[in-house]
Amino acid sequence: MVCYNMYIFNRDGVCLHYQEWSRPKHVKDGAGTLVDDAKMMFGLLFSLKNVCTAIDPTREVKRPLGAPTPHGEGCSFRSFTTDCYKLHYLDSPSGIKIVLNTSTDLGNLEKHMWQIYSNLYCEYVVKNPLYTVGEPFECEQFVQNLNKLIKSLG
Amino acid sequence: MSSKGKVASSVAGERINSELFTLTYGALVRHLLLDLESPEEVNKQLDRMGQNIGVRLVDDFLAKTNTTRCRNFKEAVKTIADTGFKMFLGIDAKVTQIGDKECKMVLNDNPLIDFVELPEKLEPLSYCNLLCGVIRGALEQVSMKVEVLISKDPLKGDERFELHMKLLEYINEEYPFADD
Repeated sequence: MVCYNMYIFNRDGVCLHYQEWSRPKHVKDGAGTLVDDAKMMFGLLFSLKNVCTAIDPTREVKRPLGAPTPHGEGCSFRSFTTDCYKLHYLDSPSGIKIVLNTSTDLGNLEKHMWQIYSNLYCEYVVKNPLYTVGEPFECEQFVQNLNKLIKSLG
Repeated sequence: MSSKGKVASSVAGERINSELFTLTYGALVRHLLLDLESPEEVNKQLDRMGQNIGVRLVDDFLAKTNTTRCRNFKEAVKTIADTGFKMFLGIDAKVTQIGDKECKMVLNDNPLIDFVELPEKLEPLSYCNLLCGVIRGALEQVSMKVEVLISKDPLKGDERFELHMKLLEYINEEYPFADD
């Protein structure tokens, strides 16, 4: 079991937090910089959701691919697995997007993702009166408790 | 619900004495009145402060209630009335009129005004304007632009406290970066 890294975005694509535990392939060999890396990740989430929505077989109201979708509509995915890693994803109704990359042997982490949102992000970040909503944060308590949670996964 | 010194309860536990809360809010409004001379300015400031609270509160609300998405304005309004007010202020709210774009909500009890009497010279002051801001800020985070007004106010002689909400637009999800 390995957790590689985690991103937290808000709906405007701002990367509020980035955390790395193990990243064998350095950012420099991929997107180049962390900023571009985060942008690429956000783009992936955004487009994947759009495609998921466009091919949704259940909903009667069909929107063409790329048409503006009101927030809260559309299909949000929860995870995807590639040959090399697994991406876990939580998209809160308020537009907070949490991404966790792990090795492929981890099972369903939906509960844990929700914990990161409700017990860590809400408690330690949002409720901190000195934190400005929508800005990147480095919060010690958040990181400590996140590390604990990540450790408990293994 | 009307006994003084009751506690504002929230779904997930923490409680504070409502008198402390009421008096703190009172002190806040008083201070704003001193700072910003005109009641109209105070209304604006309360609204802005409320909005700042709302944008945070919504995450707390979602986290504690496990609410999934509200698909439309109606659903959101009902959620606020049924759960929101109960959770954060410990009071019941009832939706009295509801349409696709507008609604009216009556609060059976409003702890913010427990000890308040509005002097005549402060007639334009909308004492509870903070609430409007909170709702506006919270709904903005879940993609609804709304306008919230206090349509009936016991401080101004009405029987009940009533909020009037109007949906301006749903905010679309857009790709925030320019293509490079």
